[in-house]
Amino acid sequence: MQAEADQQLLKIVHDRKRILSQEEDLVSYGYDASFGFYRPDLVVQATSSEEVAGVLKLANRFKIPVTPRGQASSLSGGPLPVKGGIVLDVSQWNQKLVIDSEDLVAVVSPGVVTAQIDKAAAKYGLMYPPDPSSSRVSTIAGNLAENSGGPRCLKYGVTKDYVIGLEVVTPQGEIIRTGGRTVKNVTGYDLTKLIVGSEGTLGVITEATLRLMPRPPASRTIMIIFDRFVDSGKMVSKILTSGILPAKVEMMDQASIRAVEAYRPLGLPTDAEAILLVALDGHPAAIDDESDKIKEVAKATGARSVSIARSDEEARKLWKARKLVSPAIVRSKPTKISEDATVPRSKIPEFCARLQEIKKKYHIDLVVFGHAGDGNLHPNIICDKRNKEEMKVVEKAVEAIFRAALDLGGTLSGEHGIGTMKSAYMPWEFSPESLDMMKRIKNAWDPNNILNPSKIFPVPGQRLVLSE
Amino acid sequence: MSGDLSKKLAYDETFDCIQCGSCLPACPTYKTMGTETQSPRGRINLVKMAAEGKIEIDKLQEPIDLCLGCRACETVCPTNVQYGRILESAKEALREKEEASASPVKKFEENLFYNQVFPKRHVMNTIGRLLWFYQRSGLKTVFHKTGMNHWLPEHLETFEQAVPDISGPGYRHHRPSRLYPDQKPIYKIGFFRGCIMDALFDRINDQSMRLLAAAGCEVVAVEGQACCGALHEHGGRTGQARELAKHNIEAFERESFDYIVNNAGGCGAMLNEYPHLFQDDRAWQERADRFVRKSVDISVVLAKLKLPFKKTIRQRVTFQPSCHMTNVQKVTEEPRALIRKIKGIDFRELDDPDFCCGSAGIYNVVNFDESMKILDVKMVDVKDKNPDLIVTTNPGCLLQMKVGIEREGLSDRVKAVHLIELLAEACDLE
Repeated sequence: MQAEADQQLLKIVHDRKRILSQEEDLVSYGYDASFGFYRPDLVVQATSSEEVAGVLKLANRFKIPVTPRGQASSLSGGPLPVKGGIVLDVSQWNQKLVIDSEDLVAVVSPGVVTAQIDKAAAKYGLMYPPDPSSSRVSTIAGNLAENSGGPRCLKYGVTKDYVIGLEVVTPQGEIIRTGGRTVKNVTGYDLTKLIVGSEGTLGVITEATLRLMPRPPASRTIMIIFDRFVDSGKMVSKILTSGILPAKVEMMDQASIRAVEAYRPLGLPTDAEAILLVALDGHPAAIDDESDKIKEVAKATGARSVSIARSDEEARKLWKARKLVSPAIVRSKPTKISEDATVPRSKIPEFCARLQEIKKKYHIDLVVFGHAGDGNLHPNIICDKRNKEEMKVVEKAVEAIFRAALDLGGTLSGEHGIGTMKSAYMPWEFSPESLDMMKRIKNAWDPNNILNPSKIFPVPGQRLVLSE
Repeated sequence: MSGDLSKKLAYDETFDCIQCGSCLPACPTYKTMGTETQSPRGRINLVKMAAEGKIEIDKLQEPIDLCLGCRACETVCPTNVQYGRILESAKEALREKEEASASPVKKFEENLFYNQVFPKRHVMNTIGRLLWFYQRSGLKTVFHKTGMNHWLPEHLETFEQAVPDISGPGYRHHRPSRLYPDQKPIYKIGFFRGCIMDALFDRINDQSMRLLAAAGCEVVAVEGQACCGALHEHGGRTGQARELAKHNIEAFERESFDYIVNNAGGCGAMLNEYPHLFQDDRAWQERADRFVRKSVDISVVLAKLKLPFKKTIRQRVTFQPSCHMTNVQKVTEEPRALIRKIKGIDFRELDDPDFCCGSAGIYNVVNFDESMKILDVKMVDVKDKNPDLIVTTNPGCLLQMKVGIEREGLSDRVKAVHLIELLAEACDLE
């Protein structure tokens, strides 16, 4: 059977160079930016819908697991070939990137890198708003599969808000189209939105039609420094209820401020408990007005200081601090467990307080930074995955973070996806009936369970394991 | 696999990689070969797995051989993975494994190349003379006219066309090793000649010294200096690199200098990393640290000084930075600032200047096809800028850009030069 499948594969993908079976290649497609390693049996680098359809037909016939993969920057385990089989790599299928400035859409092949879409749109005075931190690496197919967010999503929404049409190959190898090219479209079930965020378990995305927006003519960055961490959380809520919708509101706690200063001194106040970075964009006059308002709110909330960048150069300096957090915090220990549990905006201050309690209770190295504006804080636990004892404590702390977010009416994942990392906790967020409805959809699309198996849904008794 | 070899691998360093993939867009071989295996993240994972005994060390061979070592991945890495160390450790482990099974002939050839040729100035000078004889005697012309050069392997012919006219033995003998400025010296400079620079581009070395003197420095080409050791280190021969480093440190300790100046991005990077060679030797490490504090690229010193510019140069100029100057020495602004100081220049930055040209030491000779694919990507960017001149800061890049110009059929209208040649012309030194 194996030999027959291999033979047929060669008929589907003519370029032998795009079928990888050497040991050194196989082990290079067994990881992503999350945890765990799984060796696939074969890697196929697809560059057409027909190839994808052929591979899936074959896999469905022989019941071979298929895991779609972009450039594997996933933080949830989406592209991990947990059950072996074929890794279907679409990263080299990046040739199509068409901007239609009259329809205000971009039509892209799955391997196009996210940031390239925004860059191409910029030439027409347009923008593609979703901006995950990995946008210079991540493929659009990966973003669509995980329904990625990013800092700018506070104002502009997430990936799903910009997808109006898809070409998808089903697990049976049929090429289907969903949605279309219009902003308004209520014809039939909205399969587009079902596929977006389905983590590659329902179909393989082979083309996407994305909505573009006019690029805002101006932007401005404001840095607000707080003596008390809790005040920064209050400030976020106050900004958002004062009639202003900033493009980004990013937060750094004291641990991240100190880490950055120890790493590359920028003159940040290490005695401050939090810093907020606010980005406004829009018409210059509107920005002037909104900056004044933010200053007032900051004063009323007890902020220590407010500084407004006078130039792009100054703005870049302010953002540099935020960018340095990631490298700075992993200097003490190598492993970073990056969570993205999210709470309703009104619960941001309380979530912040709960995180500090968890930090004390488990004696863990917890750093909190991220997209405070949309309740999508990123509590990061810094640890060493070679230390089994430590990782057991970390597992407990992660569970406590999930529990806190859910208690506050939040969700397990704001933008990274469930994958393998959070599937054990799905029953905490959903009732058996709700989960079962999702499973029924999966079964309808993929009765043989060949497409990205072992993701999203927990197996009974499953727990998070972070030690190797 | 032998356990000892896996211990050679920089295993702890691999844990700094969080596998985010930020390095992928910066990696030239990932772009041209399109597999994770040929990316920094992939190579780090392979080294880690080999160190853990999960794969045979042989599986590293091809991905490590095909890495340019440009280290653009280090510059974009958000967690400061020391990729250079991981790479060198893999090369050393692979070389030791290979050496244990190599044929006597291969060992003899490699010994000749690494031990007898590059470390020794007089041998390199002899090669310079032979090249001069080859060019002047008419042999070059005979070879070209009869088409005999086509008998040479394709890549040798390619590079032979790019090699500049070599200056003769008479000229080589009469080069001054010490230059004084007209006024009281602003800095006293120890000049590092480098072996390839001196064999192929000795005129650029002389221009470098004269530019420094014209800008007010006393310049000494210290006697007894040797090859920097970069080719040895990148070939997995750390022991030999260490000996050369000691040689150079000693040579430049004989006088007191404000700066030790080189004009080759790759050599300068190696000189800067001398302390890494002496991890287990405190005394030498301190001497290496003192050496490194003074060691800089020539552009850094020239950018601090006032150059006597005389000529206006009305040309479109683009700049191909040396990867090791950008990613290891972290010198990026000074060469550009110097180019912009020249009157009349229309400076056009490449879209992706930090993408390696594919020269990478001897990569273009050893991995010719892969190197040319990378060069082709670079030349698309170059052609888009439509320059008269491509300015470089390293002999390997200079030769490679000459090859690129040749391959694109642009030799009638585009020239590749070293930054020093351009500055020397603007200052009317020749």
